[in-house]
Amino acid sequence: MIVELYDGPLDVKEIFGKWLDEQASSNYGAYIPFVGTIRAEDDIEALSFDIYEPVLQKWFDEWQTKAEALGAIVKMAHAKGDVPVHTSSYISAVFSPKRRVALELIDEFVEDFKANAPIWKYDVKNGERIYAEERSTPMDGSGLLA
Amino acid sequence: MIKVEFLGPIGKAPIEMEAATLADVSAKLKEDGSLTSWLEKCAVALNDTMVNDLNTPLQAGDKVSILPPVCGG
Repeated sequence: MIVELYDGPLDVKEIFGKWLDEQASSNYGAYIPFVGTIRAEDDIEALSFDIYEPVLQKWFDEWQTKAEALGAIVKMAHAKGDVPVHTSSYISAVFSPKRRVALELIDEFVEDFKANAPIWKYDVKNGERIYAEERSTPMDGSGLLA
Repeated sequence: MIKVEFLGPIGKAPIEMEAATLADVSAKLKEDGSLTSWLEKCAVALNDTMVNDLNTPLQAGDKVSILPPVCGG
């Protein structure tokens, strides 16, 4: 399964609907979606994202293996480039046979996503992209070359 | 020769260098003062797999990626 990447804001209803359709007869009892929406704060017009796709896909492959061991699947979609306030940059979901696995997995998955998915965020103010350095987290293993 | 690429906000063009291990890459990158503050908070991938060992051997044509702090979503 590949990470779904889109230019600009996500069409949340369309993607969640597609995922539901794809699993319509898979016999999963629970479907837990997560939606990340850009909030209007600090006078930003939008957030903007750079993504390093090869490492993101490997990170996601490891999560699929982990989910599979629990009888579940994870899905995710992320925006590239500019995403205006009040639209969505990131959605994910877990399907599992019963709710408890999906509830726990979506928590772990989203937290690890924030810490280790190779995605860089910028505030867009007056048309300028400013790296959101103070909100960013060094990935596991950082400082190796220092 | 190996290639070193700098991802996201670092904003530096890729460079090529001779290096037998990641320790050699570290030594060469430390010569560039503009990278000093980045190196201590950046993670490293070798041919798109995350690595954690400075003794990791390198071969001609390898790609080393420097990944600064992330914030998806």
